[in-house]
Amino acid sequence: MSTTTEYLLLLVGCMLVTLIPRVLPFIVVRSFAVPKPVEKWLSYLPVCIFTGLIVENLITASNTGMQINWNVLLATIPTLLIAIWTKSLLTTVLVGVVLMALIRFFF
Amino acid sequence: MNGVKDCIPTLLGYISIGLAMGVVGVSSGLDIFAVFLMSLLVYAGSAQFIICAMIAAGSPIGAIVLTTFIVNLRHLLLSSALAPRFTQYSLLKNIGIGSLVTDESFGVAITKISKNIPITDRWMNGLNITAYTVWIISCTVGAYAGKWFPDPKTFGLDYALTAMFVALLILQLQTVQRTKLKHYLFLMAVMVVLMVLLSAIMSSSLAVIVATIITATIGVVTDNEHNN
Repeated sequence: MSTTTEYLLLLVGCMLVTLIPRVLPFIVVRSFAVPKPVEKWLSYLPVCIFTGLIVENLITASNTGMQINWNVLLATIPTLLIAIWTKSLLTTVLVGVVLMALIRFFF
Repeated sequence: MNGVKDCIPTLLGYISIGLAMGVVGVSSGLDIFAVFLMSLLVYAGSAQFIICAMIAAGSPIGAIVLTTFIVNLRHLLLSSALAPRFTQYSLLKNIGIGSLVTDESFGVAITKISKNIPITDRWMNGLNITAYTVWIISCTVGAYAGKWFPDPKTFGLDYALTAMFVALLILQLQTVQRTKLKHYLFLMAVMVVLMVLLSAIMSSSLAVIVATIITATIGVVTDNEHNN
């Protein structure tokens, strides 16, 4: 598809539904102070979301049921250890990518 | 400029996923300008892959927009956690910061916040705009290279995103007090179980949101019990 009016319309739609969840909290939070329990609730979000995003990549749901992506799991275990050991974003990503390439090469 | 510097560790993720995105875009029938425009306007990694897949499958516009909305709804949670830190700045500045929040820029920012390092609007903009620029360039270069580039999966590039989430999770756990670590590990276990259960009945991106909302609530409730 090249840049047709239909494609532009699609992009503007996708832009709006992406922009609204991103910006809305920044507007809303200004009008009132965040209560303590909510603040606590928000503090749990990072760990929950990152765990969720990792699990999302580890499993594939289909009509026939749940499947584990063994390649991803096999790469994630050493990647996790590297992350704990180095505590470095860059090293972890580099090693992770190389591990995944090796796993795909051998399996 | 410190924001730019703090963005560097995440850039490999943006570059590899962006290149892959460009390749996938071209193979879905988009031209280079269309890929560029999508990265410029939508600026969301996983959503852009899904948009390409749905375009290739000939899905109607409404369905693509709705799917994008569900996939990106988690930004509501990311922005909610960041927004209270920027209330002293003008509304316009807040909208500017909010519109460029990603999983990665959120991860870098919240890691700083958790370590009690103060962050400013200038720092956040440096972080966000660097990521945004690199993303657009990477996607466009990927689209250019698309014709000669083989499947990006061969090089494990698609795994960069997952590896980054792993690193961000560990960096986040590092900031947690030792006494609370057990509580966090318990919540992570709850997340895993909920993700497996919920993915069977809803899309995986919706499962991330629902499982996060439930688990964070369990976190607040069980934490109060610890205090009493």
